[in-house]
Amino acid sequence: MNAKDALVALHGSRDARDVVITTMSPARDWMTLPQNPLDIVFVPSAMGHATSLGLGLALAQPERRIVVCNGDGSMLMNLGSLVSIAGSGVRNMIVLVFDNGVYEVTGSQPTPGAGGTDFAAIASAAGFPSVFEFSELPAWRANVSTLLSAPGPVFATLHVESEPGIPGPRSPGPAGERARRLIDALR
Amino acid sequence: MFSGEQIAAVLAELGVTHVVTVPDSTVGQWQTAIEARGATRLVRVCREGETWEVASGLYLGGATPLVMIQCTGLFESGDALRNVIHDWKLPIFSIIGYRSYLNQDTLPGDTCLVFTEPLLDAWKIDYRLLTAASQISTIADHYTTCRDAKRAGAILVAEGKA
Repeated sequence: MNAKDALVALHGSRDARDVVITTMSPARDWMTLPQNPLDIVFVPSAMGHATSLGLGLALAQPERRIVVCNGDGSMLMNLGSLVSIAGSGVRNMIVLVFDNGVYEVTGSQPTPGAGGTDFAAIASAAGFPSVFEFSELPAWRANVSTLLSAPGPVFATLHVESEPGIPGPRSPGPAGERARRLIDALR
Repeated sequence: MFSGEQIAAVLAELGVTHVVTVPDSTVGQWQTAIEARGATRLVRVCREGETWEVASGLYLGGATPLVMIQCTGLFESGDALRNVIHDWKLPIFSIIGYRSYLNQDTLPGDTCLVFTEPLLDAWKIDYRLLTAASQISTIADHYTTCRDAKRAGAILVAEGKA
């Protein structure tokens, strides 16, 4: 499955009130799509912490869905956050891991486990009640709306192709200013 | 040095809605009282780096979070607090247990004493060190000063054991 095609399907299915957090390669591709004031391009980031940022938002804004589009390398850096999320009791959070088996933005070096890590099983064991896994675009397109409405927190692995040689995401502007705009949009 | 009831009262007075925490043997003892008071929710996470980013999400979403960890967790937190405080410029306040400050019976030569304060200086975090129970009002004073100035700040609480 092509990662950008998968993001286009998500883009078409998200509610305008949803907060969508993207980081690493998904951030690069998400920025090519029409933007919403509730989009958080987590660049610059502390790598691995998009899920933690999402947990805080989910706790503060329980009436909104918080969708986190994470990379597999980023997820590996903060696997414990899956336990923190499940243990927190939030129901309004969706974690999508775009698994291509490599650190794409640094030149496609293999991740530990390189595509063999069963993130869905880890999420299930951490306590996520709704867990999905997709390898083919038609199946993802057919199920993305169902997934977004499943009992949360929701987790899905999207097995996507790596695209070596494409630069990583560039910051879309001063983060402090974006933070202030986001605070206003969330009021 | 401080009871859980004292800390819970200070947090409630300041309007702190969430404490994002990994416990140590001092700050962890406050959890029961904080939960019992009911004004402040505890958010338990697995490692200290998470605390800063969870707090950032809470802050962006309109809550009033505070990070509560040990200084060893501060050491672990570097990239996350750099991102939250200096990239995204979010004024997250923290209470940090200062391991072995009052005695080193458990860990003679504890290097926490070498690195904690220089590290807070390096991260440009304005902190106050509390070494006596009589200083409890400093928590609210420093919190209010930092909140009004919209900058991050920290309270270092001297601890006597690991």
